[in-house]
Amino acid sequence: MARMLMKGNYAAVYGAAMAGCTAYYGYPITPASEVAESAAALFPKLGRIFVQAESEVAAINMVYGAAGSGQRVMTGSSGPGISLKMEGISYCAGAALPCVIVDIMRGGPGLGNIGPEQSDYNQVVKGGGHGNYRCIVLAPASCQEMCDYTMLAFELADEHRIPVFVLTDGVIGQMMESVVIPEPVKELPDKSDYAVFGTPLNKNLVNSIYIDHDELEQWNMKLLKKYQIIEESEVRFEEYMMEDAEIALIGYGSVSRVLRTVVDNAREKGHKIGLFRPITLFPFPKNEIAVLPERGIKHVLTVELSTGQLVDDVNLALAGVIKSDLYFRLGGNVPSADEITDKISELYGEVK
Amino acid sequence: MKKTVLRKPKGFIDVYKHKPGAEKDRTHYCPGCGHGILHKLIAEAMEDLDIVDDTILISPVGCSVFAYYYFDTGNFQAAHGRAPAVATATSRANPDKVVISYQGDGDLAAIGGNNIIQAANRGENIVVFFVNNAIYGMTGGQMAPTTLEGQITTTTPYGRNVDTDGYPMKMCEVISQLTAPTYVERVSLHDAPHIRKARAAVRKALLNAKERKGFQFVEVLSTCPSGWKMDPVKSMEWVKERMMPLYPLGVYRDLGEEARITTRPVPVMDPAAVWEKLGISAEKDVDFPRGEVADEYRKMSIRVAGFGGQGIMVTGQALAGVALEYGYNVSWLPSYGPEMRGGTANCSVNIQDGTIGAAEAVKPGMLLAMNRPSLEKFEKTIVPGGTLIYNSTLIDIEPARKDIKVFAVPITGMADELGNTRVQSLVNIGAYAAITGMFKVEDVITLLPKLFKGKNQAIIDLNAKAVKAGFDYVKENF
Repeated sequence: MARMLMKGNYAAVYGAAMAGCTAYYGYPITPASEVAESAAALFPKLGRIFVQAESEVAAINMVYGAAGSGQRVMTGSSGPGISLKMEGISYCAGAALPCVIVDIMRGGPGLGNIGPEQSDYNQVVKGGGHGNYRCIVLAPASCQEMCDYTMLAFELADEHRIPVFVLTDGVIGQMMESVVIPEPVKELPDKSDYAVFGTPLNKNLVNSIYIDHDELEQWNMKLLKKYQIIEESEVRFEEYMMEDAEIALIGYGSVSRVLRTVVDNAREKGHKIGLFRPITLFPFPKNEIAVLPERGIKHVLTVELSTGQLVDDVNLALAGVIKSDLYFRLGGNVPSADEITDKISELYGEVK
Repeated sequence: MKKTVLRKPKGFIDVYKHKPGAEKDRTHYCPGCGHGILHKLIAEAMEDLDIVDDTILISPVGCSVFAYYYFDTGNFQAAHGRAPAVATATSRANPDKVVISYQGDGDLAAIGGNNIIQAANRGENIVVFFVNNAIYGMTGGQMAPTTLEGQITTTTPYGRNVDTDGYPMKMCEVISQLTAPTYVERVSLHDAPHIRKARAAVRKALLNAKERKGFQFVEVLSTCPSGWKMDPVKSMEWVKERMMPLYPLGVYRDLGEEARITTRPVPVMDPAAVWEKLGISAEKDVDFPRGEVADEYRKMSIRVAGFGGQGIMVTGQALAGVALEYGYNVSWLPSYGPEMRGGTANCSVNIQDGTIGAAEAVKPGMLLAMNRPSLEKFEKTIVPGGTLIYNSTLIDIEPARKDIKVFAVPITGMADELGNTRVQSLVNIGAYAAITGMFKVEDVITLLPKLFKGKNQAIIDLNAKAVKAGFDYVKENF
């Protein structure tokens, strides 16, 4: 086995290397810089490409070029950098190019700060750039998951020909944990049906222009169909102590870890609280959340590091059947387990 | 008499299948436009150099957005201004191919200004054909960076005013200031003799690309009768009379035989080789056997705090790194933010079996305080019955709490005695090992080369002494 102590940001790049990613194009930004730094450290050892691009915009367009050339390719950034990348991500989505984008979220809006937030949720999960497109969004909550889900991201990206985000916050990016490095992939998918290689038999075109209105409408319908298939097949989530729970806490990324501690503390005192953690944010586990009331959940509390971006999706899923509440912290503050427990007591009665 | 067969060069697709509508045998360019001429020069050169099947063309945004309709190559269509970025990645992925970035003046010199300069500066192995017609054609005749002073466009209806709009940009002059480019030339398409010179420049750039000679830049002064609102003949004259004096033709850079041949590494993909290159062992990890650990120390939540430079982060990482080797789940979380640059620093470490929840030690079972502000700040957060280790060399006050176990250890003093303040971190580990029973000194010493990868033996030996000193001090004094 290959057990190592490493930062989440590093683990993502190990996952990429094991997934057969051959190119990294990125621009430094705190708290995501170690993603670029680790690619700069690891990729040359493997004869793979690392380029520090002149800008976030250049980086994502290099990703477009590499993905269109059939490579497994990755970039990484944080809030402001992700905003800058949005046009290029739309082009990748429009040309149906697989790629992986790691977003280590920081505080916003504007320059904000480098503390952990989850305020890129809307721009990442809902599309963000122009046009009707979605990206698959995986939300790791540990360094091991940073590695594993980045690896998975490449598989999903190729399977569905779609940009895939690995979305987490500064806590997961900056923390170190033990990571067992998975075995490298043995085989990479054949992309000769769409990728451009510049060979006599390969005269493909990578493109997102459809001048004819009907053609563009049809292309959008094809994309929509793809997103529907993804919603049916790729939902991932984790439940903790949900079997007999009456209160469900919902959160992702670093928040879900605090919620786990809240659940542990509450269970020690006999309170029936559980954790529901979305792992894919698109596709969102809406059906699984919709049935929570039928499963005996009386209250749902969403906790996030944004002002209600995640809870919008929770409420859409619950469709007003039961009460749903929100607790959030901002600006780089992460709520403590006690703070959340107090909130639960305030909302639903004593659980201390 | 020699027979001349008139036909389309093989660089072009026979039937323009990507082009919508019925007219699949002609271009979308306006009569008198220079793009058609340049396209033909490129297509002929590709055929003659036998690179049609080895070329990838990046179409930009602008009138040549549809260049991919025509060229029988691998094709990309790129976002506005980003063709050099796309070409960079395409060329890196396909190092033995000829990659062309075909761009107009708005695309290259305005929105993509930085992209072209940076690609040129990296010496990317690409060919750039830069069509300068001093106007935005596709969007209906707006000002370009290359629009002449006084020139009327739809966004300079009173003529380009250099006070408010700046001066026409001379891209050959800009690009040729950089070190990396191999070949930079400006040509014109306004009459047959100049088209012949342009033909030679196109061929030279593509031949250089075939030989992988780095960054090639050919600026082509071209006509836009529609945008300029002139007939084609007048347009040709306008290039000669108005553009050429401002944009002098000629070679701005030619490294010739000095040009560096681009080489790129071959990626390592074999799974076993990947692990070997990254130093990942295929052998099973063997945990150190655990010693006797008191119940209270089986699930640890630790805050390490002090000044920046006191080895706070290293102490935390070493705690996690050693515990990992006993098969524990571990986490280390730095306080990152403005405080990471000087001032106080702290980190949280969790060591336990089972899944670790919250990473921050908000209510730690143990506080390791290296200076007085840290003690004052975090002492109150320790759980009742918890443990405090404090650096008695620097902390001259008594801890206030009576419901915790306290270990006063002269950490800095012991490190100084060993001859290097920086070994404080491993004094800490030794003290921690003695108090908790979680680590054995000899195990920690075994791990030192791994914890201090790349450091010399003297440093490792000194740290070994530090571990022992910290351990012995606690054993002897408590």
